[in-house]
Amino acid sequence: MTDAALGAIPIDSAHADELESPARRALRRLFHRKGAVVGLVVIATFIVLAVFAPLIAPYDPIATSWTLVRKPPSALHWFGTDDLGRDIFGRVIYGARASLTAGAISVGIALGIGVPFGLLSGYRGGFIDALISRITDAMLACPFLILAIALAAFLGPSLGNAMIAIGITTTPIFVRLTRGQVMSVKVEDYVEAARAMGNPRWRIALFHILPNIMPALLVQATLSIAAAIIAEAALSFLGLGQQPPAPSWGSMLNAAQRFLTNAPWMALWPGLAIFLVVLSFNLVGDGLRDALDPRE
Amino acid sequence: MLSFLAKRIIQLIPTLFFVSILIFSLQHLLPGDPALVMAGEERDPAVIEKIRQQYRLDRPIPVQYFYWAKGVLSGDFGQSLRINVPVLSLIAQKLPVTMQLASMAIVIALLIGIPAGIVSAVKKGTLWDYGANLFALWGISTPNFWLGIMLIFLFSIKLGWLPASGYVPLSENWRASLASTIMPAFVLGNAIAAILMRHTRSAMLQVLESDYVRTARAKGLSERSVILKHAMRNALTPVITLGALELGTLLSGAVLTEQIFSIPGFGKLIVDAVFNRDYAVVQGVVLVTATIYITLNLIADIAYILVNPRLRA
Repeated sequence: MTDAALGAIPIDSAHADELESPARRALRRLFHRKGAVVGLVVIATFIVLAVFAPLIAPYDPIATSWTLVRKPPSALHWFGTDDLGRDIFGRVIYGARASLTAGAISVGIALGIGVPFGLLSGYRGGFIDALISRITDAMLACPFLILAIALAAFLGPSLGNAMIAIGITTTPIFVRLTRGQVMSVKVEDYVEAARAMGNPRWRIALFHILPNIMPALLVQATLSIAAAIIAEAALSFLGLGQQPPAPSWGSMLNAAQRFLTNAPWMALWPGLAIFLVVLSFNLVGDGLRDALDPRE
Repeated sequence: MLSFLAKRIIQLIPTLFFVSILIFSLQHLLPGDPALVMAGEERDPAVIEKIRQQYRLDRPIPVQYFYWAKGVLSGDFGQSLRINVPVLSLIAQKLPVTMQLASMAIVIALLIGIPAGIVSAVKKGTLWDYGANLFALWGISTPNFWLGIMLIFLFSIKLGWLPASGYVPLSENWRASLASTIMPAFVLGNAIAAILMRHTRSAMLQVLESDYVRTARAKGLSERSVILKHAMRNALTPVITLGALELGTLLSGAVLTEQIFSIPGFGKLIVDAVFNRDYAVVQGVVLVTATIYITLNLIADIAYILVNPRLRA
């Protein structure tokens, strides 16, 4: 059979699926899920708003005006103004910076600490595993927000400390997930082969195990960003996160609570922003879980 | 069964030990001299000295931990620095309020989450399924403090049906008590209902595809009987135990919900303590919460074995 004849054989969809790289296949599956696509669009919109906030926000988010106190939404102030006459639309846009940064950095901290410890625990086993597992159990025994509040309280109120508190509180989830994934992957033939070839342990862990547990970590990271954004808003709502006058969705809701009767719009927009971003991360997380599931 | 129970209880000891170390370590996160930070604005040397003595801050850290843990084990969680009341009695005073709220929230979550999950699984791929899934996504993504504020706006300010804040004990007036707690309980139960719905849906979908359900259908049983008598019973066992693990969500949620609705419970206690720099109370609340959570996990494990005959042997 000539090459030309071989080339004439049509490649069916199953073969095409096999020829595709796993990452490309996962992306293709992700983009077939309407919910995940909507989520990605909303997240991208909020990222653009946060990055270009100074260009998009029509007014300075911390500039007060006594003549504009608690004005309802209008053509000049689309989302109305707050109790100090500040433009709520601008504050919501700038608030996206605090929320998205907190979500990304907290989960970054959790991944940065949780994954190495999970790898160590799952791959080494023995006493180190027992010790890390008990510490993880202890941290998971404290309800997420209560531990985050306690940590933020002792560290001191600021956005930075809130991110550290949320990051530390999220860490045990990643330790446990990584450990479980490593335990199931380390008995696979390719890991055995890497070991037989004389690769050192750290190399096997980093270059053979870690890439294979990335899908599970990616899904959890996406869902954890959603939880971290709610946690940051909760801490800011309680006065333990972003400090006034800097805008944050949580602290805007706290202020809005006192003026619900006269200015309900103060509570509507920041809450809706949190809801939309968190919903979007949850949609993308769910979509990623399905897209990366080999059984699908 | 007994050996499992013994093993499970023995496993709790190191967990509780590490929980105690974690909570004790919190006070060492305070920047600078902990006694000065805890005293806050209060610069009275007598107060600072009292703090130093209470926490034994002039002793080595392991010694401080030893005395702190010894106190905790004998029920002495320290003294509230602001109101001079033992932390344990403060917690005992506030805990029933949160328990009432939590119980109501669980009932609401069960009443919404389980039927929604069953309907969603039975009517998979229909509008009912999409509706239930949307509800679950909404429940998981809505910050409970925002939902609380919106409910106050609707039911208290606009319609005037329910009080916006405050708490009436159940023993005083049950009607007023229910009226004052129904909104916060719904706010708390909403997120758990969403999680329960997802668990129920996936458990039901798994059970509905099993051989014994096919046999029940082949016997000619009505669909109602197959779902309610055969499928649901087996599907709900893991759901109930998984639901028990959501208690952490409930206790975390109570912190904000009680703050919004001005309910003098456990959650409000920790927030007030944080702002009063009453660190002994913060530590006490975290410790009690963790212990409740660990105990409920243990009960959930035992319940799972009790209702599952295959694990009992």
